[in-house]
Amino acid sequence: MRYLPLTSEEKQEMLKTLGIESVQELFEDIPGDMRLKEDLDLPKGLSEAELVRHFHELAEKNANLTSNVSFLGAGSYDHLIPSIIKHIVGRGEFLTAYTPYQAEISQGVLQSIFEYQTLIAEITGMEAANASMYDGASALAEACLMACAATRREVVVLPRNLHPEWEQVVRTYLENQNVSITYLAFDPKTGIIDLPSLENIDWDEVACAVVQQPNFFGLMENIKPVKKLVQEHGGLLVMAVDPISLGLLKSPGELGADIVVGDGQSLGNSMGFGGPSLGFFATRGNKLIRRMPGRVVGETVDEDGRRGFVLTLQTREQHIRREKATSNICSNQALNATISAIYLSVLGKKGFSDVAHQSLQKAHYLKQRLLQIPGLSSPFSAPSFKEFVIKGAVNWEEINLRLLDQGFLGGLSLARYGLYDLVLFSVTEARTKEEMDNFVNVLGGLVG
Amino acid sequence: MINKTIPLIFERSTPGRLGYQLPNLDVPEIPVSELIPEEYLRVEEPELPEVSELEVVRHYTQLSRINYAVDVGFYPLGSCTMKYNPRVHEDLAALPGFANIHPYQPESSVQGALELMYNLGKHLATISGLEATTLQPAAGAHGELAGLMVIKAYHTHRGDGQRTEIIIPDSAHGTNPASCAMVGYNVVEVPSNERGAVDVEVLKGLVGPKTAGLMLTNPNTLGLFDENIADIAEIVHDAGGLLYYDGANANAILGIVRPGDMGFDVVHYNLHKTFSTPHGGGGPGAGPIVVSEELAQFLPGPVVHKDAGCYCFSMPEHSVGRICSFYGNFLVYLKAYAYILSHGSDGLRAVSETAVLHANYMMRSLQEYYHLPYDRICMHEFVLSGKWQREYGVRTLDIAKRLLDYGYHAPTVYFPLNVEEAIMIEPTETEPKSTMDEFIEVMRKIAKEAKDNPELLTSAPQNTPLKRLDEATAARKPILRWSK
Repeated sequence: MRYLPLTSEEKQEMLKTLGIESVQELFEDIPGDMRLKEDLDLPKGLSEAELVRHFHELAEKNANLTSNVSFLGAGSYDHLIPSIIKHIVGRGEFLTAYTPYQAEISQGVLQSIFEYQTLIAEITGMEAANASMYDGASALAEACLMACAATRREVVVLPRNLHPEWEQVVRTYLENQNVSITYLAFDPKTGIIDLPSLENIDWDEVACAVVQQPNFFGLMENIKPVKKLVQEHGGLLVMAVDPISLGLLKSPGELGADIVVGDGQSLGNSMGFGGPSLGFFATRGNKLIRRMPGRVVGETVDEDGRRGFVLTLQTREQHIRREKATSNICSNQALNATISAIYLSVLGKKGFSDVAHQSLQKAHYLKQRLLQIPGLSSPFSAPSFKEFVIKGAVNWEEINLRLLDQGFLGGLSLARYGLYDLVLFSVTEARTKEEMDNFVNVLGGLVG
Repeated sequence: MINKTIPLIFERSTPGRLGYQLPNLDVPEIPVSELIPEEYLRVEEPELPEVSELEVVRHYTQLSRINYAVDVGFYPLGSCTMKYNPRVHEDLAALPGFANIHPYQPESSVQGALELMYNLGKHLATISGLEATTLQPAAGAHGELAGLMVIKAYHTHRGDGQRTEIIIPDSAHGTNPASCAMVGYNVVEVPSNERGAVDVEVLKGLVGPKTAGLMLTNPNTLGLFDENIADIAEIVHDAGGLLYYDGANANAILGIVRPGDMGFDVVHYNLHKTFSTPHGGGGPGAGPIVVSEELAQFLPGPVVHKDAGCYCFSMPEHSVGRICSFYGNFLVYLKAYAYILSHGSDGLRAVSETAVLHANYMMRSLQEYYHLPYDRICMHEFVLSGKWQREYGVRTLDIAKRLLDYGYHAPTVYFPLNVEEAIMIEPTETEPKSTMDEFIEVMRKIAKEAKDNPELLTSAPQNTPLKRLDEATAARKPILRWSK
């Protein structure tokens, strides 16, 4: 086996040191009747060349977004990825390290994470961020649990226009801790949270209200009324945000949010069929910061007074507090967090704002072109960012299969969520006018 | 390694400098004020650095040079299985047919990805001796969470709602009790006996109508195989509970014994450990779970099944729900699939046999120099104690820091909690004998230094980019970000 360097001579030397004849003697603690008598039923081992061929065959069965033009989003986005990212995170020093337990020889990862935390705090306008969570959905679930612990309440308010998969993840986490969920309706005309429905809630019992900005339909929410109600009654405002939108939209910090989460895929991570991505998690105030889940890196000095970084506030964590920890998370998505830090660093102030601006402009261009196709309309009136919903009385899943024949991945049919006739398009700065014009022509032919 | 502090990326910033350029906007521009209400627009600009591409490359290259990794040297971090990560896997994960596909594409356009998921699930079932797999969990602790939810759903589904306790050995990873708390279970701790295994007599007294299950790592965190596993399984099953296998130490038993044959009902694998996906400085990992046929209906989904030659997603009938968006860490578990295919059944068994041989060789080579609390055959790792060195005023932490001076990563220290001054060493199967021999020599030398010149240890490390860091102040007055 090519990854096992042990030679038969070395093996004999080791057996001799141990005073045994065969490696089998080392497994005598395992009851004999349990031990496998035959080989596992697995394919025979492959050489590197055979392995590569097999993976190429599998990869070719997938229609990729390098060869096809995509308008899919809904949580995974085709933003441009600067080339240097793969070269930097491909370095073995980042790729093959683990959690920086030995700070003196792990300053590279520790400083990268400290910079990541700063970048997340900056774009969200919050005081502090942790070192990352698994993804946006699980980060939101943890934010709700943290809000319950901080307020000692057991009701969480979720809007119906939250990403359905995020809602499902939050529900799975909360159900297991007996936290109940109250839902906020959305106004079917505007697509954003229905303000009158805020009156029906007993806010004195609410640990937190969640608002997704922009919401699942790509629309911008009016945060103020929710914030006022939840915070006046002692609850927390949790915002789930698309980080790219923060190049343009008011930051959660400016809006007065208590906890901010989101998915960091769009910050330089490939879509990768949905993962790995990362969840970011930011908050403010000493009390909440000390309740954050997950790893946190802090600045300190060494014995000679030189600046350095360490894992800190560890008494929140499972390896110290065990069942009393703020979360069970251990490994997070460190390499993806590093990717996002590189992305935000190389884009800088201007690049970050340009991506948001171009995504906004291009999404509106496509929206306006699609609305010229007879039979298609815009069901929601609230302002949108880089995603938008179109209504058309056709079978969008079938249309999408026909679009794929012509090299396009169309929008996400919302029929899967019971929203018939609706389709959600996403446009990033990566799309060109030519691609969009061609798409409109092809789609027009299919719908008409 | 470089012996200086590296400026933060923010401290390298120069106003007006650009690191990346977008193509020119090629659609007619509409004034933003016509698209977004003024009050929604950002006022305070985020303080992102303004640096050139070269500056970013140099910044991270310099950072990489003050970071230890498997690619740099021996990394015997017990319980973390820091084995070699084949580089070809990075090429495979970067293929556009994997890296550049969207989770919501029509299923017919991602049959290769689904086939991979289906096959990986099958292979993990074969390796574990169980039936059904979900690839959703993003890490080991996430797998524990998923597995405990499945156990809870099983009892609830049977109308057996009074089971509120999970039994966990005192040697368990901290994630075990923390995961129990996340699903609302109470933790009952079972002590270890004099052989470092579960005390079966005590266990008999702990099980009862409240027992939902038992979580066990086997081999356990002492690196010892629990010989009484058949009795343990019977005791827990007879009481109506289920057995959860924490796969953190699965590197010892591939192709040798299967958790399903030991009596476990739920297993999680840490693919970043056993199946060699890179640890990435703390993730991303992957922690799929495999369960018995009876429990398959409760798995988090979606899962992949095969229907008339096509692969498709489905939710198990009584699924506990989703635990992350999309399908888990696809580009991570893809590498584990590659690892399994490269090794085949012979290769996987050779992995475990070699890992166990290496660990025993190192343990026997060091036991005269450091206290060995459990003098018996170990599996893929072993635990020493620094307690002999305490009489010289030296702690295990000092031994660990002295190892850094010699150019090694330290073993896991102060874990498991039931061994004082614990030093947990896991060499893995991918290390050459010469590397292990050199490390053994250094460990012996350090034992001598502890006696003859303890300051060398208590003042260590001296040859690293930084000396010991002040963790107490960092926690008392947290500085968690740079500020302008």
